[in-house]
Amino acid sequence: MTTTYPSPDLTGTAPTATTDRVITYAEAVREALAEAMAADDRVFMLGEDIGVYGGAFGVTGDLYHRFGAERVRDTPISELGIVGAAVGAALAGMRPVVEIQFSDFTCQAMDQIVNQAAKIHFMLGGAAEVPMVLRAPLGSGTGAAAQHSQSLEAWFAHVPGLKVVMPATAEDAKGLLLSAIDDPNPVIVLEHKLLYRTSGPVPEGAGRIPLGKTAVRRRGRDVTIVATGVMVSRSLEAAEQLAADGIDVSVIDPRTLSPLDDAPILEDISRTGRALLVQEAPGHVGFMAEVASRVVESSAVYRLLAPVRRLSGLDIPIPYAPQLESAAVPQVDAIIDAARSLVKDS
Amino acid sequence: MTSRLGDDAATATSTLETMWLIRRFEEAVDDLFARGLMHGTMHLSIGQEASATGTCFALRDDDAITSTHRGHGHCIAKGADLERMMAELLAKETGYCRGRGGSMHIADVATGNLGANGIVAGGIPIAAGAALGYRMQGLDRVVVSFFGDGAANEGAFHEAVNLAAIWKLPVVFLCENNKYGMSFSTEKSFAIENISERALGYGIPGVTVDGNDVEVVHATVSEAVDRARSGGGPTLVEAVTYRWKGHSKSDKNLYRTKEEIAQWRERDPILRFEAVVLERGVLDQAAVEEIRARATADIRTAVRAANAAPTPAPTTFSKPSSRPPERQP
Repeated sequence: MTTTYPSPDLTGTAPTATTDRVITYAEAVREALAEAMAADDRVFMLGEDIGVYGGAFGVTGDLYHRFGAERVRDTPISELGIVGAAVGAALAGMRPVVEIQFSDFTCQAMDQIVNQAAKIHFMLGGAAEVPMVLRAPLGSGTGAAAQHSQSLEAWFAHVPGLKVVMPATAEDAKGLLLSAIDDPNPVIVLEHKLLYRTSGPVPEGAGRIPLGKTAVRRRGRDVTIVATGVMVSRSLEAAEQLAADGIDVSVIDPRTLSPLDDAPILEDISRTGRALLVQEAPGHVGFMAEVASRVVESSAVYRLLAPVRRLSGLDIPIPYAPQLESAAVPQVDAIIDAARSLVKDS
Repeated sequence: MTSRLGDDAATATSTLETMWLIRRFEEAVDDLFARGLMHGTMHLSIGQEASATGTCFALRDDDAITSTHRGHGHCIAKGADLERMMAELLAKETGYCRGRGGSMHIADVATGNLGANGIVAGGIPIAAGAALGYRMQGLDRVVVSFFGDGAANEGAFHEAVNLAAIWKLPVVFLCENNKYGMSFSTEKSFAIENISERALGYGIPGVTVDGNDVEVVHATVSEAVDRARSGGGPTLVEAVTYRWKGHSKSDKNLYRTKEEIAQWRERDPILRFEAVVLERGVLDQAAVEEIRARATADIRTAVRAANAAPTPAPTTFSKPSSRPPERQP
């Protein structure tokens, strides 16, 4: 499975492409880790099977051979201990990057993420910082069923003190991770496991992409689709097919869920008058509920030609059977149908 | 062999002074709460002064600790400023956390206090990680993680001790067994006799000592610190002690008897150390009286100064999430 996605619109925020180099999302993550470790001795990795094994999804690859067992540190299966160790190492002056094998397993580490890492800077009145990154793959589509397929981004985005990033392209996977490692406080980077083997342009020497900057992936006239994670590429695919029917679609990717840069989202919705909010996670109290609230709390609400529409995963655990699994989360056809009906009904 | 804390006048004086400062600080806090002059909640360690003092006196200034919700003693023994501590408890802008943290969240990275913790066992993995971080930077610092008996049944304890053991991290796990996790006694919450037996499962040394004997705590921890600093890995030290007061201010003490509390008050770690140094002739009665008086005066001064300090304005919220990255390598 190799798909190429268009480079994001990064007006004024990122270096422009100088080559046509195309690498996978997983390679982009690895490149960011390698560059960060090469540039700064304080950066090191902690996680399960990230060493010789190369990571459960192959993300860390050869980093163990390049940087050694001290800095690409295999851990026992003990998520709470791993994240806690990262918090402590960060307080002691290091820049740890934790890999949690599946984002579902962050449940085991919630105290250290939510009660410790997220709170320390504020709780101590700014007297200490916790410069750590937690990377974890999320999402369904691999047949791994309910305990290995969740999209828990809204949990993290709900906690003050955590920044939450969901890169949807290879270039973002690299650039956002570099910025996350730079950040003086905890950043949760949620990588979609279906994206690891997809490819995209990542210019030689591509650098940081700032946190908190929404990307406009495609500019259209009729409908604004806001999407995160793997839904970005599905929405772009839907947009191509809708274009053939004469429906011109914008696709907007917040990239950073917290803090949320909502201005480009609200501007585009004001222009098109129609908002389709697409997420893989269950809809109830999900991230797109926040986006919908921001639309109705802003002047964009006066420009709406139709009610805001959400297209989310069903409010069920992710099932195992392939037919059930794919039906549980938005697919390209569902996005097309939703966008089309939104235009037709208004 | 480490010299005993009560062998010379200077060390005996600072040991005794630290224990009295902890006692007087917490008595003042107790009093301020009782009179409605302090809000929130509090967890007093009165009766446990020896484990905090004996442990911290085994550390260098640049060594670190993680602490607990019952952490005033650890904080003071590690060298925190009394006025800033009191100001934090009184919710003042001049407090260690600028009024954002309160008693349970005081940290003072400058004196190596990486933080008290409102979550039972929350600080234990952090201590292991700090030890890893120091070692990776080539620093020979040791980290002591204070925790209570209750924390020894949390997953965080087991995960952190295992990590520290397999990586031979310079950590001392200091369990203050004060006999109760809130109201649940160690007799009911453990099927083992000594919590230090848990060390066996992780391949590290474990030792149980009289936590009310400041010299014994100091000697034991000193040995563990030496082992940690020289690459020998972690030790689990269990200091058996007792909290005289309730778990927090809502505690009606229904789970233990007045007789039990009275029995432990007989074993007051401070008076006990006073008796030792008097008997050895290291300090005389006048010197001991003077130390007590000085501690009382110091705490009064801290309360007075903290009371006069400004309260934090809601317009000054620290917003870590909007803070720009400070470093561009």
